[in-house]
Amino acid sequence: MILPVRPVIFTTDALVYAMVLTTAIFAWWARRDENLSSAWRRVVRSRRGVIAGTFLGLFVTVGLLDSIHFRTVVESGRTSETTRYSADVVSLLDTIVTPLRTHVEKSFSAPLAAYGYTKERIERPDGSVTRGYPRLAFGGAHLADPGTQRWPDILRRALKGEVMAACVWILLVSVATLTVARGSRQSFAVSSRLLWSSTATRPWRSVLVAIACFLVVAGPMAVLSVAYHVFGTNKVGQDVLYLVLKSIRTGLVIGTVTTLVMLPFAIALGVAAGYFGGWVDDVIQYLYTTLNSIPGVLLIAAAVLMMQVYMDKHAEQFDTLALRADFRLLFLCIILGVTSWTGLCRLLRGEALKLREMEFVQAARALGVRPWRIILRHVVPNVMHIVIITTVLGFSGLVLAEAVLSYVGVGVDPSMNSFGTMINASRLEMARDPVVWWPLSAAFVFMLALVLSANVLADVVRDALDPKRAERPSGGQGDETGARA
Amino acid sequence: MIAYLVRRALYAIPILIGVNALTFALFFVVNTPDDMARMQLGVKRVTPEAIEQWKHEHGYDVPLLFNAQESGFGHFTSTVFFRHSLKLFTFDFGRAESDGRDIGSEIRRRMWPSLSIALPVFVIGLAAYVSFALILVFFRGTYVDDGGVILCVAAMSISAMFYIIAGQYVVGKLWHLTPISGFGDGLDAWRFIILPIAVALVSSFGEDTRLYRTFFLEETGKDYVRTARAKGLPEHRVMFGHVLRNALIPILTGAVVVVPRLFLGSLVLESFFGIPGLGSFTIDAIGAQDFAVVRTMVFLGSLLYIVGLTLTDLSYTVVDPRVRFS
Repeated sequence: MILPVRPVIFTTDALVYAMVLTTAIFAWWARRDENLSSAWRRVVRSRRGVIAGTFLGLFVTVGLLDSIHFRTVVESGRTSETTRYSADVVSLLDTIVTPLRTHVEKSFSAPLAAYGYTKERIERPDGSVTRGYPRLAFGGAHLADPGTQRWPDILRRALKGEVMAACVWILLVSVATLTVARGSRQSFAVSSRLLWSSTATRPWRSVLVAIACFLVVAGPMAVLSVAYHVFGTNKVGQDVLYLVLKSIRTGLVIGTVTTLVMLPFAIALGVAAGYFGGWVDDVIQYLYTTLNSIPGVLLIAAAVLMMQVYMDKHAEQFDTLALRADFRLLFLCIILGVTSWTGLCRLLRGEALKLREMEFVQAARALGVRPWRIILRHVVPNVMHIVIITTVLGFSGLVLAEAVLSYVGVGVDPSMNSFGTMINASRLEMARDPVVWWPLSAAFVFMLALVLSANVLADVVRDALDPKRAERPSGGQGDETGARA
Repeated sequence: MIAYLVRRALYAIPILIGVNALTFALFFVVNTPDDMARMQLGVKRVTPEAIEQWKHEHGYDVPLLFNAQESGFGHFTSTVFFRHSLKLFTFDFGRAESDGRDIGSEIRRRMWPSLSIALPVFVIGLAAYVSFALILVFFRGTYVDDGGVILCVAAMSISAMFYIIAGQYVVGKLWHLTPISGFGDGLDAWRFIILPIAVALVSSFGEDTRLYRTFFLEETGKDYVRTARAKGLPEHRVMFGHVLRNALIPILTGAVVVVPRLFLGSLVLESFFGIPGLGSFTIDAIGAQDFAVVRTMVFLGSLLYIVGLTLTDLSYTVVDPRVRFS
């Protein structure tokens, strides 16, 4: 059989999907747990939470699409042996946004521009040479006279994008209404009212509003990006929109894979320290105090420097650039995980200490249940809310940390697109005259959207799961809210 | 009290040994001095003589842990572990590998610029964030509080690097109010440090204010607050007389732990603003792959952290009369 593509699985791809799988299994398991599922219902009831979750879901979709890699056929043969595959590894996202990837200019160009950013020698058809701004190879190339035609053309395309966005949205609304109609066995009109009522148990309304906000922006951008560079181009002429889309995966990988690395350490050591006490506790406490005392950035820097030496020594194991970059990303996640488990570990230790003295645990012990069974059945499920809160809260911190580490020079591989490398490059771009503001702005907008939605969701999840907060009246704003008024 | 301090100091020793062992493993066992020499010399084809020469100059031409060729103490003293890891305990940091400068004197010189930024940021920040958090809690449940929290969450979702770049561009380049980067001698330095201080204050505003707000909220739920209200105290006396004073316990003890580390400065801030402090020293060392400097900073950072932990415990007894040394 001849495949049209040859799949390439990077380690981080596998881990990202492992994380998705873990989350799915956990969600299935949490459905049976009354505490967690009621907390989940609280998250879903929160309008803020649902909107932030929808946006985060869109980012995750982009990241997951970008985590399916393959090599395409360049020359098809009869058998799989004679078929030659391209040396470039592309992702599913790359294939979807092919125009963005292939429309590469010579150098900088402003957003939606038709001319380059720097003056060049231009040869006229009659042979004479002048200095001026060159036309771009792709941005606005279809226009005969950009000076007069560009803005009307942009407006027309943007409008077309909005119309398409509206169509997609109406389609989504109908699908949602039909689903509600099936579920509630009501007519279309009644379900439509159900869907938009503010008391609906399922948060359709918030999801649809969030998607509408997204489509209003994304529709025109998608249509415009075929013929223009919506966010301009960078120094080597790559489309900035493409770069920010690719950066999303890096941020997500750092956020999720690090968590995947950190959780086993934190849960096993934290619970063991709290439950067993004695010398186990002493050793684990010593371990995390020691790790904690080393300044985080320096430990990461030292480890990454060491890894560079290792990679230079074993250059033959990393034959392609993509493989090198992927290994470096994986290593960064591992070292971030190793340095970041201490906080959660300490929290879990404290909680396990408390749980150990609870009646149900003592009863289990008196009945002769083995320690590891007590831990698995009685202790771990009761610390799960702390694990979830810390994980969700930590995610945005990790995305932000990536930018700082890349700046320090110990972040992801320079060839890998990430918000950190973009910000890093923009340092010099901001010093140019006229200023090149668009790569920084694009990175800023996308990073803010990603981190903000993660932060807002984390807030809602914490309010819903933290028993101390959940007991308070709605909003978790302290119990004296009414007393003062 | 003295006994307590001595006990804390003794407790610090195994941790510092652990840090030392970890860095030793990271720097010398995972990669041999030969690898480091090759990296420093920078060329692909380095002659073995050049490597030996480099190792000799930097004192790496001895065994890692045990030297069989020497006698007596020489077994242990002329080893890489003794020369490069244990010597840190005597504050003998040796020389930088990239340019041969004395690390100890560099640190003594560079800690002042770092401190000139970190200290004002710490003091002003603490005062400003606590006040702001107090205002939010005072107006809790109103639009002021909601707006403030939204502002905090938005502010903490922005990478510190954006604040730095935006600050440099707007204040330095557009308005020409301050130099974009650099540092001056003596009192002249204020022109250079004012922008970094402002940027640092803005960038940590969101996270800290929100944290302090939760501390205050925690206190407003306690019984003594209810009692204070019940006996008819006006709200401002409840807030400033009771809530503020009690919430200061977690706030102060949380803040004290970072005080010793202020010396080390901030990596990103200093290198963006070209301030010759310890932060930019470290970042330059990372860039130049200067392991001697990185090792020293790791050691100092851990030491100062442990000092911070001890200070935290001490500060508990100062602000909270319920806590006594046992």
